[in-house]
Amino acid sequence: MTEGPTFEEALTSLEEKVEALARGDLPLDRALALFEEGLVLYRRCHAILAESEQRVSKLVAATEGLTEETFSIEG
Amino acid sequence: MDSTVVTTDARPGMSQALTVTQLTHLIRDTVRTNPLLARVLVRGEVSNLQSAPAGHVFFTLKDAAAQVSCILFREDAEALGFELEDGMDVIASGDVDVFPKKGTVQFLVRAATPAGVGAFWAAYQQTRKKLAAEGLFDTSRKRPLPEFPRRIGVVTSEAGAVVHDIVTILRRRYPMAHVIVAPALVQGTGAPASLRRALASVTDRADVVIIARGGGSLEDLWCFNDEGLARAVATNRVPVVSAIGHETDVTIVDFVADVRAATPSAAAELVSPDSFELAAQVNDAGHALLHAIRRTVAAARSRATSLGERMSPRSLRRGVDANRARLGRAHAALMAAVIQGVGRHLDHMEALGRRLDLLSPLATLRRGYAIAEREDGRIVSRATEARAEAALAVRFQDGHIRVFVEGHREAA
Repeated sequence: MTEGPTFEEALTSLEEKVEALARGDLPLDRALALFEEGLVLYRRCHAILAESEQRVSKLVAATEGLTEETFSIEG
Repeated sequence: MDSTVVTTDARPGMSQALTVTQLTHLIRDTVRTNPLLARVLVRGEVSNLQSAPAGHVFFTLKDAAAQVSCILFREDAEALGFELEDGMDVIASGDVDVFPKKGTVQFLVRAATPAGVGAFWAAYQQTRKKLAAEGLFDTSRKRPLPEFPRRIGVVTSEAGAVVHDIVTILRRRYPMAHVIVAPALVQGTGAPASLRRALASVTDRADVVIIARGGGSLEDLWCFNDEGLARAVATNRVPVVSAIGHETDVTIVDFVADVRAATPSAAAELVSPDSFELAAQVNDAGHALLHAIRRTVAAARSRATSLGERMSPRSLRRGVDANRARLGRAHAALMAAVIQGVGRHLDHMEALGRRLDLLSPLATLRRGYAIAEREDGRIVSRATEARAEAALAVRFQDGHIRVFVEGHREAA
């Protein structure tokens, strides 16, 4: 996953922009800017949902503390 | 006993007869004052167990040669800590009493423990009472689970169905979370310490922790009644969901956990939002965004138009046109995103559509069937619905013909 807001951050921010737009008291310029930002967030949310691949790791005792190893339930 | 009570029976030698009430009261007083019959411990097998609606429990304790009827009052039944069952070998403590109304002797059970696991239960009750008194079971201590956990810790055995179930469900529902399994012994004398170590190490890396074990015997689950483990769960830095044994097993760890799940699978569902619901939420927000911007632009346009009609300044027109172009681009971008986002749904809809088509009457006609309709257009589905000498339309895949009904023929 590329760097950027997490799903939670993107969704919260998107919903805030929808709310601000829905109030309908913004100048057109500002409204369009919000809309474009919302669009980016909408895409971001969809991308995270579509591209997430589950990572499963297992904690293993190592010489110093613990390390994480890939864990497979099929194994 | 009231010696002034005299029976009405006048026959000689019978004047000293007791009433039944007097007799039963005499037996009762004898029983009640005999110190051997107070605070007795009795071991026997539970049978004929019945719960009264008021919460009192009636049963018989028996051995090979004898039986005694027992009653366990509601408040004592609630404090018992386990469920009595027919066939269970128990040690019961209580007092013997006589109920004059029925003339029966009854054992008033105040407490009981399963005879086989008496020591276990005594320890369990002790720990449970102690931690309850400290308030560790209070609902006010329970913390809400994070809505979007990024890292989910799982403390359980690394082999077996439990870890498999949890990982599978999290993968299906919420693949964006990173699952960290902290293997631990889940039975035996080393288990409490192993579970505590695993809990502590995974807590440093997770937003929420599941502690789970599959079903097993009372002895197998015993490590989850360990006081030290229970305290570690209660004071864990992040919320803990417990899923230990079957739904009917309740260990002390279940009491102190922030949420108790009936099964490991249920625990996995409790800690994870469903990605399909999240997708729906995102789509709703996308639609609301589009709707809001359309309204905003429409309002701006009508304001500009009415202004323009009055003054028609060129610069204002230009501003509106520029905004309109910008909106057009944004709209196209949104539609592209929506189409991308719902692509999968569209495929699904097409598949559904093909299935619907198979079921539709047109598909039926294509397979060589025909449909008979009355003149008012209603479908004739039974022979008895077609009156003799009436006209019917019969529809084929390429058109319809008009027919007259000659009459009915018996069904073959």
